[in-house]
Amino acid sequence: MKLAEIKDLLRCEVLAGEEDLSVDISQVVASDGMSEILAFAKSKELMITGLTNIQSIRTADIAGVSAVLYCRGKRPDKKVIEFAKQKRIPVLATEMVMFDICGILYNKGLKGVS
Amino acid sequence: MTAELLRESFQIQGRNFDKAGEISSEIKVILKDLGIDAACLRRVVIVAFEAEMNVVMYADRGTIALILTDHDISLEVRDDGPGIPDIDLAMKEGYSTASDEMREMGFGFGMGLPNMKKNSDEFCLESEVGKGTSVFARIRLDSHD
Ligand SMILES: Nc1ncnc2c1ncn2[C@@H]1O[C@H](COP(=O)(O)OP(=O)(O)OP(=O)(O)O)[C@@H](O)[C@H]1O
Ligand SMILES: [Mg+2]
Repeated sequence: MKLAEIKDLLRCEVLAGEEDLSVDISQVVASDGMSEILAFAKSKELMITGLTNIQSIRTADIAGVSAVLYCRGKRPDKKVIEFAKQKRIPVLATEMVMFDICGILYNKGLKGVS
Repeated sequence: MTAELLRESFQIQGRNFDKAGEISSEIKVILKDLGIDAACLRRVVIVAFEAEMNVVMYADRGTIALILTDHDISLEVRDDGPGIPDIDLAMKEGYSTASDEMREMGFGFGMGLPNMKKNSDEFCLESEVGKGTSVFARIRLDSHD
């Protein structure tokens, strides 16, 4: 599924990488634990997290995920968004909570990583 | 002994969470520019990042050395922090002494050391209480995920 479809489906705001929404996503890694994401991500997933600090983008970069989605209405600082742009990682934000997001994406055929 | 093609050292600033991870990002850029295979690069930067985070979380300062040979990439991470009293316990998934503040930042899941081991072809953790901790990791250039 294209990131642009995920954006519409979850009614996301695009905070970074508007030009990169054509990226294909087939797997998802969802956690508020950075080392959990690093342990499970295999690269090119969508990373869903409620943590909006600079470490979330660093972790995304190190794990090699394709995009970051912040849930439950959380918004990162400007500094964090700038950093994501610099690393060319698209960043989306939605009001939805983690459980709902995962349910919707799962129904659309996306899979978790294991 | 295989010849070292590259050796670079970096200083880690303990307790600085704003900068935490910068060195690992830099290592990622260096290895990418060298054309290192993606699977190998991934493993190296994950090990570097988890090691760097541990120094930032638990020590005041430390160093990371990155060594490249024909066959592999090694990381040597040393700090002069408090040390680890029980290494077997520290290596267990889920064991963590991280503060609430660190947990709020998304760390302290007790997964860093097991992750590092999993992503290394050779891994060694040495520590002396009151003196510091050293991590040695070797990752083969032809390694797979
Ligand atoms: N460099 C170090 N100096 C002192 N203690 C350390 C060091 N590295 C690890 N430890 C100890 O080992 C424990 C386990 O480390 P590990 O990296 O596996 O998990 P964590 O850092 O607590 O959490 P996570 O890595 O998931 O964020 C730490 O909580 C800490 O007590
Ligand atoms: Mg750790």
